[in-house]
Amino acid sequence: MSVWFVPGDAAARSMGADRVADVLTAQGLEVVRTGSRGLLWLEPLVECAPTRDGVRVGWGNVKAEDVAKGPPTATDASYLGEVEKIDFLAGQDRWIYQRVGVIDPLDPDDFVAHGGMSGLRAALAMAPTAVVEQVLASGLRGRGGAGFPAGIKWRTVAEQAPARHKGQAVDAPRHKYICVNADEGDSGTFADRMLMEGDPFCLLEGMAIAAHGVGADRGVIYLRSEYPDAIRVMNEAIEKARTQGWLGAGILGSDLNFDVTVRVGAGSYVCGEETAMLESLEGRRGMVRAKPPLPAIEGLFGTPTVINNVLTIASVPSILARGADAYAALGEERSRGTQVFQLAGNVARGGIVEVAFGISAHELVFGLGQGTRSGRPLKAVQVGGPLGAYLRADALDVPMAYEALAARGAMLGHGGLVLFDDSVDMAEQARFAMEFCVEESCGKCTPCRIGAVRGVEVIDDLLASDAPGDAEDLLRDLCDVMTQGSLCAMGGLTPQPVLSALDQFPEDFDGGRRGETSAGQGVAHEQAH
Amino acid sequence: MTAREQDSPELGATVRTLVAPLAATEAGPVLLCLQKVQEHFGYVPDGAVAVIADVCNITRADVHGVFSYYSDLKQSPGPAVPVRICAAEACQAVGARALAKAWREQCEGDPQLAQDTGVDEPVYCLGNCALGPAALVNGELVGRADVQALVDAVAAARSGESS
Repeated sequence: MSVWFVPGDAAARSMGADRVADVLTAQGLEVVRTGSRGLLWLEPLVECAPTRDGVRVGWGNVKAEDVAKGPPTATDASYLGEVEKIDFLAGQDRWIYQRVGVIDPLDPDDFVAHGGMSGLRAALAMAPTAVVEQVLASGLRGRGGAGFPAGIKWRTVAEQAPARHKGQAVDAPRHKYICVNADEGDSGTFADRMLMEGDPFCLLEGMAIAAHGVGADRGVIYLRSEYPDAIRVMNEAIEKARTQGWLGAGILGSDLNFDVTVRVGAGSYVCGEETAMLESLEGRRGMVRAKPPLPAIEGLFGTPTVINNVLTIASVPSILARGADAYAALGEERSRGTQVFQLAGNVARGGIVEVAFGISAHELVFGLGQGTRSGRPLKAVQVGGPLGAYLRADALDVPMAYEALAARGAMLGHGGLVLFDDSVDMAEQARFAMEFCVEESCGKCTPCRIGAVRGVEVIDDLLASDAPGDAEDLLRDLCDVMTQGSLCAMGGLTPQPVLSALDQFPEDFDGGRRGETSAGQGVAHEQAH
Repeated sequence: MTAREQDSPELGATVRTLVAPLAATEAGPVLLCLQKVQEHFGYVPDGAVAVIADVCNITRADVHGVFSYYSDLKQSPGPAVPVRICAAEACQAVGARALAKAWREQCEGDPQLAQDTGVDEPVYCLGNCALGPAALVNGELVGRADVQALVDAVAAARSGESS
């Protein structure tokens, strides 16, 4: 009998996937809940195959009403044909996302049948130093935004002796930690969430490999509270992994002892910054720490700690299974391997695109994304989250890679691209960047805490003024202070969206025409958020 | 026992039962304790901070500092069916500002709706950035949200609660 696949991913559920699954199940059909393929404009995307591992065909935007009288058929308008031949998916090179949307995320057998655990088995057959060498050779860099080489971080932690928690007695147990940063707060990014919901064992496998490589015994996933589905799935996956012998004492029959817990955030964006995350994990206000000491030497509770983003850790199993050389052969310059790009905002075809570094922003936006959803002309694309630069629609011929973007004064961030059509007011977006910094600054350093408040005021002055030159000088000066003087990326990068909007879209800041934007309207803005 | 506990011994005992196991087993337990108390009561009641401080053996000021830092932690009970509309860039690009405004107007014309939902507590990103505007209604994610979808989701949550 045919098998039906309905995503249980939060994005698909937000479009009614649960009701579709319920209706199909009530008809006596075998329904498997998977993650999402990442073709989000088609959600709920229902698939069917003759057997569990057979070739799947799909239907897009399926509603519960559509299937009330029976499952969809190949003559329906929503029929998509073979899912893996859909152009959006067919051109991808999935290393991290190889199983997402394919398997039942919480079925260990399904995970293993699709290559799960082969990376950890390969790692356990090697000496820890060889594992670190593999990660170094792969060229893998941190996917959270900073792009620091993962292998160097791992090697630093591997070289440290385990340490007792700060303040504990000299005979207290000694630890090293693997901390996964799953505080994916950047607007326009959702790849961490979808990986955790769609293939949680992959993340746990990557963490275990890291633990073997650096000699860690404890793992923590810091997961934001805005992701209730991911929290539930990760916790269930951890329970099942323990039962399978994938976590705990003597993992896969080796002498590796390693266990993982989930810690839930509490609604603070800046806790995605690694030292603020450590503070939060230690139960304090999520305020940024000065570095040094580096977390690799003195991290969580004062112990040597690997802190990596979800996608960084989730890259490791396939690097070990398929070979560091094969991974390093992808990409360009020092941007090696694949990146999970996320198409978001006003986009016709939004979703997940995992391809080698170097694809152009133009290809992502117009080729795969097919431009705006509204059908109006594209005006701007914000790359890399709320702290990333806005690019003009006619300046997207840039390769998506760390170096090429930096050369344009932009950054890759967590790989999100947010599209805006021509109805966007870039001055309003610049103002929002400052407002967001006011809201989310941890308050530790003055350039960020005070600078952001002044930034909002100065932008209001600039827009209200008939002679905005002075206000603009002040704004640029302020941005310079924030960039140079802030302790972390929150204050340090907030000027990036502000200045890119100002430089790329000066017409939106024309003070003479914007005389009506008074302080009074500023108040209205505030209420809107 | 803290002074506050003498005022309301029942609350104090409940909080103590909730947080004592965490304080005994977890390193850096303060945020966990506050989250546990909020999970139980729906908010962090007056007096809980003093009990947590006592159990964790740190000052009340330190606990209050953590409590006041995190926007998830609440001083008073929230609305019955909280509505949170995403206010971040990807949703702005597809009309989140207009949706938030229209929703406020809807609530202005319907005081019961306003009371039940607390109108809107903005949230920065729900991770549904390709299907915006996104909103969270009573913890359930709504994609491609409009006023009608929010009204429907609130109605569904209300009927779910009464059943």
